Amino acid sequence: MALLSKKDANLILDPLADNNPITIQVLGICSALAITAELKASIVMAISVVFVLGVGNVVISLMRNIIPSKIRIIVQLVVVATLVIIVDQVLKAFAYELSKTLAVFVGLIITNCIIMGRFEAFALGNGPWKSFLDGIGNALGYGVILIIVGFFRELFGSGTLMGFKVLGDPVEKTGLYATGYENNGFMIIPPAALIVVGIIIWVQRSKNRALIEEN
Amino acid sequence: MLEHTELFFKSIFIDNMVFSVFLGMCSYLAVSKKVATAVGLGAAVIFVLAVTVPLNWLLDQYLLRDGALAWLGPEYADYNLSFLSFILFIATIATMVQLVEIVVEKFSPALYNSLGIFLPLIAVNCAILGGSLFMQARDIQTLGLAFNYGVSSGIGWFLAILAIAAIREKIRYSNVPAPLRGLGITFIITGLMGIGFQSFGGMLTGGDEAPEPVENTTVQKVLEEEEEEKKKTEKEIDEKAVSYNHTIKE
Repeated sequence: MALLSKKDANLILDPLADNNPITIQVLGICSALAITAELKASIVMAISVVFVLGVGNVVISLMRNIIPSKIRIIVQLVVVATLVIIVDQVLKAFAYELSKTLAVFVGLIITNCIIMGRFEAFALGNGPWKSFLDGIGNALGYGVILIIVGFFRELFGSGTLMGFKVLGDPVEKTGLYATGYENNGFMIIPPAALIVVGIIIWVQRSKNRALIEEN
Repeated sequence: MLEHTELFFKSIFIDNMVFSVFLGMCSYLAVSKKVATAVGLGAAVIFVLAVTVPLNWLLDQYLLRDGALAWLGPEYADYNLSFLSFILFIATIATMVQLVEIVVEKFSPALYNSLGIFLPLIAVNCAILGGSLFMQARDIQTLGLAFNYGVSSGIGWFLAILAIAAIREKIRYSNVPAPLRGLGITFIITGLMGIGFQSFGGMLTGGDEAPEPVENTTVQKVLEEEEEEKKKTEKEIDEKAVSYNHTIKE
């Protein structure tokens, strides 16, 4: 990490684990859960959020001294909405099938609390470079959880990863299915995402006892 | 009348904002520690959804959708501004929330005291923008239905936050494993409630028939698309076989 000073590196690394936006700060859960039934959609969503939050944080940080505090929410919303429109149009142009499965959830990045939360908490008070690192770090922390949830849901729910049949063919009974293994349809339904995130939180907090909440 | 009732119950129970599409989860988790505050936020969400969904429906119908500008004159008929919907919807929501806050503060200080602190939170609640986006995606036909959709999905959200707040008040006295305390157990309870709500899926079909395919489960869509693709490739293979045969015959 010669490129980054230790303080700067922490801006990126902290949100990946001990200050994770989803499991610790409780931000951005809305869009996190609905699209995690497959790994591919989770990865695309994670990349989109990295782009929006990284760029958005820099823009807001550059404008932080000229935004009147009374209308800052609207200014922030306009910045995010513009970036999200770019993402949406790019997805529609280059990955049309995927943009259909993500549907309205691309639009919902606008109201993803991580983005507004980082604008308010960090970009309004720090320079562009730091804000950029903070944005990337938090978006990656969000992406990591998304990808973990997507991985388990797709693996156990449909027996595939990124669309490849890693466990064998369920119809022709090859691979693991030859031993009588069945896909768990429960993992595909929406509430399973909540339970998987709940378990991730459980594991994380039993590893790091300092994170346990007071009752 | 029938379609109104159907949409009403469908939005509350089957397509519940929290349990089937996870909208508004952030405030759902953050503000559900006490029943009283949960009721305040829930009421504010119903109110704002009831105002913004019909407004955005009008915007969508007369400004954004393909050919919506036809009322300006025939030369505008082939404009499609739907790529602007995100920014217009969120602008409408932010202004409406601000306006509602000012009006409520002016005319009903009592209501402002109970709702007021939640209103700024609501501008960035995904349930509100989600309401408008789903209204657009589901192609709701009339202004009346749009209003109905706004109110009923608001009620669905209200019920969800009320239920979780009540459970969280009780669970404080239970012996939850330490790492699960607070956030973890709330997630798992919400998941279990969601599974419960899944059973409402049979409500409109009478239960015996297969439930309608839910629009939002991405996996189903993908599966359907895969099937279609399979059919397509099979067709192509057949066609190719035919053409090879032809060439052989020739």
